[in-house]
Amino acid sequence: MSHAPFILAAYSIGTVVLLWCAVAPLIRKKSITRDIRRLIQIEERSSDTNS
Amino acid sequence: MNSKADTKTKPRKNALVMFIHKLGSPPWFYNFTGKFIPWFWALFIGLAVWGLYLGLVKGPADYLQGESVRIIYLHVPAAWMSMLIYITMAVLGFIALVWRIRIVEILAMASAPIGAAFTIVTLTAGSLWGRPTWGTYWVWDARLTSELVLLFLYLGVIGLYNSIDEPRKAARAACLLAIVGAVNLPIIHYSVKWWNTLHQGSSISLMGGSSIDSSILWPLLIMAFAAKFFYAANLLTRARIKLLEQDVRKAWVREVLREKKS
Amino acid sequence: MNAEPVSGSLSKAFFALLRRDLLLAFRRRTELLFPVIFLLVVVSLFPLGIGPGPQLLARIAPGVIWIAALLATVISLDALFRSDFEDGTLEQFVISGHPLTLIALAKIVAHWLVAGLPIVLLSPLLALWMNLPAESLVVMIMTLALGTPILSLIGSIGVGLTISLKRGGQLLSLLVFPLYVPILIIATAAVMAASDGLPYTQFLGLLIAGLITSVTLAPFAAAAALKISLS
Repeated sequence: MSHAPFILAAYSIGTVVLLWCAVAPLIRKKSITRDIRRLIQIEERSSDTNS
Repeated sequence: MNSKADTKTKPRKNALVMFIHKLGSPPWFYNFTGKFIPWFWALFIGLAVWGLYLGLVKGPADYLQGESVRIIYLHVPAAWMSMLIYITMAVLGFIALVWRIRIVEILAMASAPIGAAFTIVTLTAGSLWGRPTWGTYWVWDARLTSELVLLFLYLGVIGLYNSIDEPRKAARAACLLAIVGAVNLPIIHYSVKWWNTLHQGSSISLMGGSSIDSSILWPLLIMAFAAKFFYAANLLTRARIKLLEQDVRKAWVREVLREKKS
Repeated sequence: MNAEPVSGSLSKAFFALLRRDLLLAFRRRTELLFPVIFLLVVVSLFPLGIGPGPQLLARIAPGVIWIAALLATVISLDALFRSDFEDGTLEQFVISGHPLTLIALAKIVAHWLVAGLPIVLLSPLLALWMNLPAESLVVMIMTLALGTPILSLIGSIGVGLTISLKRGGQLLSLLVFPLYVPILIIATAAVMAASDGLPYTQFLGLLIAGLITSVTLAPFAAAAALKISLS
């Protein structure tokens, strides 16, 4: 039996898992910075109306 | 007379202590580590490409196992990392519990998913290596079984950390669990080894009995180093993002975002 | 005082509740994995306790996988109604004017999607670990696909009865395991017949009959149980 599909499968799964491991926090970071920016906007708007 | 010796030794000792103190400050940690991350990624990619080239393209196929031995360059470094990261996580956890340093808590918790990822890679690569070489996808041998138990330990730490709402309390609980797991790890490992010899279930060892040829060892070591840089880069990335998340309301986070915009 | 009957069809209410329960479950995504991890851990304990000998594992594989499925289901059942019970949502449902049977059915479906379906999906991995013969893998999956909904349905009756008790979770296992025995027997018989090359469709037929019966009857019983617990 050819070994090639097993080598390919092993490295593909490895790549996918490690890629996800590397990228997942960055996706989280995008949503956090979006939330913080929105928070800043709300605060700036409320301080504008107050002052 | 003493003052001359003092001025020579004191500043050096103070610099190190000061450095460690500074790392404990979130904004300082954030900015300092941010500079290293691209370099770590570059080193990881460079070493990995080199190692894989040597291993997959130039290296020889194994006399007994055929081409499938090439999986070793993924399986073995991943296995080493899975164990190294767990020990690191436990050590960080110990420091975090004893000295109550928030950054260390964050570093310990950020290590868990990375370690779990490497463990999963180890298990799947090992399974796919086993099929063409020894005819079966899974076998309850000592190494694979210990690796599976290690995965469960990781999942326990991650699960516990994610199920407690208060972040510092969650980190402390999970760090304690990590330490308990680390202490248990050698016991688990040796008991599984003994269990394996006891039942004589299977004498397959994924590393084989032969010593490792140097043409295989060299790419293996390169991949091992590459993996360490992956861990470093990913760990710092996750730790920085966790800091942003936890310090959302603090001024330094706003500053960081303002700098990013410009 | 009677609550005004709420407008909207029954199916709208059903899907709204189903959607709500699934959304709540996905909010704590890591907790979704707990039954999955439990299943994996429990199954791996068997080779560790008995020995990795492939023939022995293959013989006990159907029973082990099914018992692990039973345990995982019982553990996740408690969550089925508990959080709604604790914050009073369940009482609101009771006086809402919508039939409690429908509400129970929606929650049962949500439970199966979150706890039962993963068991079905993971079964090939479990079969690999337990060395289940390839001929019986398909039958194994079919018994789990037919059986796990029955487990959710019958289990919900037990949950309804024990929801208001402090140690309800422990009592739940006691109540529900005897009810699960027929499913365990029939399902494992099917898989073992398939491994031996014997006919197994009669067992699957029994499971289908059981599924139809429990879908029609269990929600009523669960609703009645809830009403008693809330009274």
